[in-house]
Amino acid sequence: MSRQANRGTESKKMNSELFTLTYGALVTQLCKDYENDEEVNKQLDKMGYNIGVRLIEDFLARSSVGRCHDFRETADVIAKVAFKMYLGITPSVTNWSPAGDEFSLILESNPLVDFVELPDNHSNLVYSNLLCGVLRGALEMVQMAVDVRFAQDTLRGDNVTEIRMKFIKRIEENLPVGDD
Amino acid sequence: MTVHNLYIFDRNGTCLHYSEWSVHKSFHFSQEFKLMYGMLFSIRSFVSKMSPIDMKDGFLSFQTSRYKLHYYETPTGVKIIMNTDLGVPSCRDILHQIYSTSPLKVTVKNPLCSMSETLQSELFSSRLDTFIRTLPFFSVRAG
Repeated sequence: MSRQANRGTESKKMNSELFTLTYGALVTQLCKDYENDEEVNKQLDKMGYNIGVRLIEDFLARSSVGRCHDFRETADVIAKVAFKMYLGITPSVTNWSPAGDEFSLILESNPLVDFVELPDNHSNLVYSNLLCGVLRGALEMVQMAVDVRFAQDTLRGDNVTEIRMKFIKRIEENLPVGDD
Repeated sequence: MTVHNLYIFDRNGTCLHYSEWSVHKSFHFSQEFKLMYGMLFSIRSFVSKMSPIDMKDGFLSFQTSRYKLHYYETPTGVKIIMNTDLGVPSCRDILHQIYSTSPLKVTVKNPLCSMSETLQSELFSSRLDTFIRTLPFFSVRAG
């Protein structure tokens, strides 16, 4: 039964160019709508967040990954399972802070930017900022508050694309408030 | 063997779904879902505090003289509870399947479907019903 369900989702793999181009169209439209890179970054992050809070359910259902017990395990799952499943790439996990609460994902290729060159008048645009929102939203649903941002981006002349993740706190679960 | 009923709660204690198949004592009281959730919440913290060793899965099930309650929780806090009679073995895989197949497709992948309210979806109810009826230990007669 479960094997059948897996086959169903795998057979639906589609050309990633469609995704890349759709994302490009989205960014283009946002740039037209806002005319301010900071605002576009914010909107991309917000959309990513909304995607992330739903995507996590899909991810957990498909991968049967359990609860992570530390941030290192979380980093591994993100890089090796989640990125692989949704973007077909496996970023490397590096630059751990001594406290173990911060790390970097190094993306050798970023499928979102396959055909993109940033024009000079968009120097503040974080083109793939949607990813930050997705990571933040998904982790929030498993009780982790995390700060996510692009530290380096090949689109902006850096050698690699680096996403920096910083663990802020565990979100405590509360008993719902009663009526009285 | 038989399946009595099934609850799905979200992380905030909202009852997303309830359905029943063979419930002999069929009366409902207004606070039923809230009491159920409160009990599960307490059992969870009780179990994690009383356990002398680190647990992997935490609370899995309990049974009384007449029925057995199976519990499955995802890392996101979605809780699936199924009551059966005593003869039914561990249902973790089945509860995971309920999570990974029907509710997921209907709520998560439907952007118009809020993820924190009771599910109004006919599609979901009928799929779940079909799924439960195909389980090897589902049989209303034997209850």
